[in-house]
Amino acid sequence: MSATMMTEAVVTQMTFREACRQAIRDALLRDERVFLVGEDVGRYGGCFAVSKGLLEEFGPERIVDAPLSESAFVGAGLGAALGGMRPIVEVMTVNFSMLCLDQIMNTAATFLHMSGGSFNVPVVIRMTTGAGRQIAAQHSHSLEGWYAHIPGIKVVVPATVEDARGMLWTALEDPDPVLIFENGSLYNMEGELPADAGPVDIDGAAVRRPGRDVTLFAYGSTLWKALAAAEELAGEGVEAEVVDLRTLRPLDTDTIVGSVQRTHRAVIVDEGWRSGSISAEVCARIVEGAFYDLDAPVARVCSEEVPIPYAAHLEEAALPQPWKIVDAVHEVVSTRG
Amino acid sequence: MDASVDLAVHSDGEHQRHLLHEMLRIRRFEERCVELYSAQKIRGFLHLYIGEEAVAVGTMQALGPQDAVVATYREHGQAIARGMPMNAIMAEMLGKVEGCSRGRGGSMHLFDRSLNFYGGNAVVGAALPLALGLGLAQKKLGRDAITACFFGDGAVAEGEFHECLNLASLWQIPVLMVCENNRYAMGTAIERALVETDIALRASTYRMPAWSVDGMDVLACEEAAGRAAAIVRGGGPCFVEFRTYRFRAHSMYDPELYRSKEEVDSWRQRDPIVLFTDRLRAGGLLDDEEVAMLEKEVAEEIDEAVAYGEAGHLEPVESLTRFIYSEVAP
Repeated sequence: MSATMMTEAVVTQMTFREACRQAIRDALLRDERVFLVGEDVGRYGGCFAVSKGLLEEFGPERIVDAPLSESAFVGAGLGAALGGMRPIVEVMTVNFSMLCLDQIMNTAATFLHMSGGSFNVPVVIRMTTGAGRQIAAQHSHSLEGWYAHIPGIKVVVPATVEDARGMLWTALEDPDPVLIFENGSLYNMEGELPADAGPVDIDGAAVRRPGRDVTLFAYGSTLWKALAAAEELAGEGVEAEVVDLRTLRPLDTDTIVGSVQRTHRAVIVDEGWRSGSISAEVCARIVEGAFYDLDAPVARVCSEEVPIPYAAHLEEAALPQPWKIVDAVHEVVSTRG
Repeated sequence: MDASVDLAVHSDGEHQRHLLHEMLRIRRFEERCVELYSAQKIRGFLHLYIGEEAVAVGTMQALGPQDAVVATYREHGQAIARGMPMNAIMAEMLGKVEGCSRGRGGSMHLFDRSLNFYGGNAVVGAALPLALGLGLAQKKLGRDAITACFFGDGAVAEGEFHECLNLASLWQIPVLMVCENNRYAMGTAIERALVETDIALRASTYRMPAWSVDGMDVLACEEAAGRAAAIVRGGGPCFVEFRTYRFRAHSMYDPELYRSKEEVDSWRQRDPIVLFTDRLRAGGLLDDEEVAMLEKEVAEEIDEAVAYGEAGHLEPVESLTRFIYSEVAP
């Protein structure tokens, strides 16, 4: 079989949602210790239909509907991980994860260190993040950058179908807590995936589009906005490199700094708020590692500092958009090095 | 509350002396810790269990090595009664690398993997979900084991308490809920915190067996824990409220403005160690010579632990950032 034929034969088209679902299904088939627990993951089929059909296939022992007790069922996930299971805990949205922040911050992230290395917590916690669906201020925030502040956990954000499928696998094999943030606006996005797609790394950034004039750093939903902006910029003769951060902790400083050393200009795109954000951290890493390589000040395109509003035009105005990224790039490339 | 347990049904003198020995080990260990604190060798928070020893000692009798234990920040008693070497505990108190948590936990965070002792958790109520998870894993993996979770009356005011009692009962998780009601959440008296102060009654509304017991009577504690553990081993949670009292301040920083000396003195009349010693003497199971021998044995163990801890080493600062993530062998 030729390489071309092979590619044609095995690449399939699927949604981000389906990739998430297949990742969970694979994990359940692969390892008997894996179970999925969360609100409405079973009979309802998942708030965002990610786990649809899994209850019917795997039964209530492995697809576990939990009452609306975030602290109890997330904490129970940590405990079950300590006790030898490999739970996948689903929190409906990152906003609701404030109700179990104590379990994540004070228990999951501290246990290994506080016990002098005695107890690791191999739990995976998935949650939906992000705006763009007109569900207003208590369902739309992007708080993954907060979580990235915490040593002891890993924070990963798939943006592609391949990562949605492959990151969970690696996360479940990790001996320590891993948080996976799925941007809700990506669930319906379609992408190509090789049928034999396997695990992917969860400790590095990826260059999604090479370029020489400026680097756009993005992750999750903003990756696609950055790529759209890069396409538009290419029409003007500006070649933007697009880096998908993929993991917010650990942050891949080498890739970040390496890219800026090539392009000498940087724009960071983040659906989180600007102040005290992961975009600020990326900016700091650039300044620390590539200060003398910069030909222009680092720019950022973040969400406006408001609770995300309901009305479509206001929500759109609050979020990073391709045109805002293009404007920021114009500003940056107009600065002479 | 249960009637005082008849000594006659516990006529095994050897076992009785073991219970007394365990309570003495905890009491004298903590008294030595106070001295070391005054000498500024132990620092930070030091929460003493003095007065409550019967609860940990009585409860541990119901647990086997396969069972898991989750405790609070006032856990010296649980750690000692579970069988953690006093050397490792004292070294931890002194911040040494030989400590059970390599000096990273201190008094509030004692851990021992070989004993399934999961801390040492210092956020009130937050260890309940953890215990549920450990119990859930035991159930899912078909292990013949249960999880005992210690917490205080302060936890009853936390939302997690109610989430967890509901979930434990809903999912029939094998968790033994050990509520140490010492009447104060730090400085807040139970009457000032809870509209219904009968904690066992509240627990029973979550459809699990729940009752209260005299936490100053080690035999009553042992009996209640044994009965509760048997229920849990049959499947599903059980709740025991041990009514006890903390003789010392909340921590070494507490001037005790919130309670009267008379109240403390009245509870001291029911010191679990004095009560039990008197009962054993009256029952002819203990004489002065044996008491002196027990005290001597305990003092020697503590001397050895202090010497071990003081001779211990400081973790090299280069190792500061170890154990943030697991060290996976290449």
